Amino acid sequence: MAIPLQVARRQPLRRPLSAPGPREWQRRAVDGVATALVTAAALLGSGVLLLILGYVVWQGAPALNLAFFTERPLPYGEVGGGVAPAILGTLLMLLVAALISVPLGIGTAIYLAEFGRGHFARLVRLVIDLLAGLPSIVVGVFVWALLVRHVVGQYSGLAGAVALAIIMVPIMTRTVEEILRLVPSALREGALALGVPRWRTILGVVLPTARVGVITGVVLSLARAGGETAPLLLTALGNQFFSFNLFEPMAALPVQIYTYAVSPYEDWHTKAWGSALILVLVIGCLSLLTRAVTRRGPF
Amino acid sequence: MAYGAPEPPGQEGAGARPPLRTPAPGRAEAPAARGALARSGLVSADRWFVAATAGLAAGAVLTFAALVALLVAYAAPAVVRFGLGFLTTTVWDPVFERFGAAHLIYGTLVTSAVALLIATPLGVGAALFVAEYAPRWLGDPVSFLVELLAVIPSIIYGLWGFFVLAPFMRAVVEPFLQSSIGQVPIIGALFSGPILGRDLLIGGVILSIMILPTIMAITREVLRAVPDTQREGMLALGSTKWEVIRYAVLPYAQGGIAGAAGLGLARALGETMAVTMVVGNSSSAISPSLFTPGYTMASAIANQFTEADKEIYFSAIVAVALALLLVSTLVNLLARLLVWRFVRGVGTDVAA
Repeated sequence: MAIPLQVARRQPLRRPLSAPGPREWQRRAVDGVATALVTAAALLGSGVLLLILGYVVWQGAPALNLAFFTERPLPYGEVGGGVAPAILGTLLMLLVAALISVPLGIGTAIYLAEFGRGHFARLVRLVIDLLAGLPSIVVGVFVWALLVRHVVGQYSGLAGAVALAIIMVPIMTRTVEEILRLVPSALREGALALGVPRWRTILGVVLPTARVGVITGVVLSLARAGGETAPLLLTALGNQFFSFNLFEPMAALPVQIYTYAVSPYEDWHTKAWGSALILVLVIGCLSLLTRAVTRRGPF
Repeated sequence: MAYGAPEPPGQEGAGARPPLRTPAPGRAEAPAARGALARSGLVSADRWFVAATAGLAAGAVLTFAALVALLVAYAAPAVVRFGLGFLTTTVWDPVFERFGAAHLIYGTLVTSAVALLIATPLGVGAALFVAEYAPRWLGDPVSFLVELLAVIPSIIYGLWGFFVLAPFMRAVVEPFLQSSIGQVPIIGALFSGPILGRDLLIGGVILSIMILPTIMAITREVLRAVPDTQREGMLALGSTKWEVIRYAVLPYAQGGIAGAAGLGLARALGETMAVTMVVGNSSSAISPSLFTPGYTMASAIANQFTEADKEIYFSAIVAVALALLLVSTLVNLLARLLVWRFVRGVGTDVAA
């Protein structure tokens, strides 16, 4: 049997209806090949993930020990040492980034979900989309040009945190806005009917109802920002020592991985894999957690 | 639903509901003020609240505006001095202060094209498997695993590409390509030259893995949005599964799939660390071979920002970032438009 009818749009007939089409066995064969190819694509896609993760665990696990989490990186040749400054630096910069981005992100989300109509809201949505699509290196260059080369005058943890905050805002805004929209309007109406003003309805009823979802949005954006390397390279630069001064260069785990990886030393390569394992574990767990929460429902 | 639980119908309007709050005496004496409030719709604290959230939203808008304005301002010296030549010449010479970014743009385009060529069939195939072929118990884990690829930080891909993929490509894949397709006239030029193990092809391959989840996830949603009547019509004619997909599903979904590929492309254009670690980072002239070590716009920035000692060098780097911003934003918007048009045509919600 041929395929006589064109169900789909924009598919002109290539031969007259009366002409013989491909034979039955040919059609079966093509179908079989297509099934095989599609299955292969799926296997390859999921296989690549397992390959990468497996390799990170295999290479990284031997590097992990207590000192790896508590000591600072040592110069090449000295045995031992760890990536503690990088872990602390990442955490500190994420904390500062959260302090900047949480009010911005959640405030914007509240505006879009609760009041967002008209031209300004459309502009805000567009800008959030554009920010989300911005290559992270461009954010890095912006903060580098603004804070590192001019205002602060040197590479600093603060600049790193600002770059991370800019990356976090769109992720947070999108997630939280969606969550807030899922809060049943009956809740808002109920509160408003009791004479509660809008602002208290939102802060006292809508946000607490959606709190799990809101926290999920924040954690998700932290997980994304925590793995960013390029913008931190341009802003925080990295540091081999413990430093809690936000106005000085600061270490970060992804940057540390880069430094170790491109070095010529075997021992440092192992440490790069070890740091990679820590990073993947933390970010993977956070992402899985947020995924599980959103699967279960936002509240 | 504690707040929103409806009253049992029997009680409503029966006056059984006690007054929630007796009006404060002070309030009752000022009916005029209350009327004004009721007319305005919002009490003044509410106005402040709206203004505050709108202000925060404006903060996001201003950040973006500042980002664009600042990049334009700092890029201006290089743009003014080199003009269009910045985009068309390949001289990148900090010593003599001559900067042309054509080879960086070329590297970005080539690696992204390679990534798209590999990831689009794979991503669409995986999405077809999940949406059309596999039962749910198999499809869900597969799409979960592929989507997890999007969670892995770029630096991990870089590390893996640097130590695992690049040596493998150098030892196995690239010699094979050179000895097979490399012998064909004309297209063989793509696979000519010495194999160094750091080149545009490897950059493209690592990018293809990174954009695979984007293409797969959006294509899957697009496929799920194709109405079943399309499939049923073909099946009723005695079509095989593949014919249903080839003649009914894919033509219907092509706009959305193009959008998915476009969003993948937007991601590939701006990707930095993974590419930087495998692409070679060398300012060689543009050559047809994919085995040439090169630069992409992003990797050039990541490699050279520490060396920008002169203002014009700094300005040239910012100009590269500005070009990257413009290209990726344009691709992003176009891809969004495609997906959005598809969604509007189908009338279903596809998370893009």
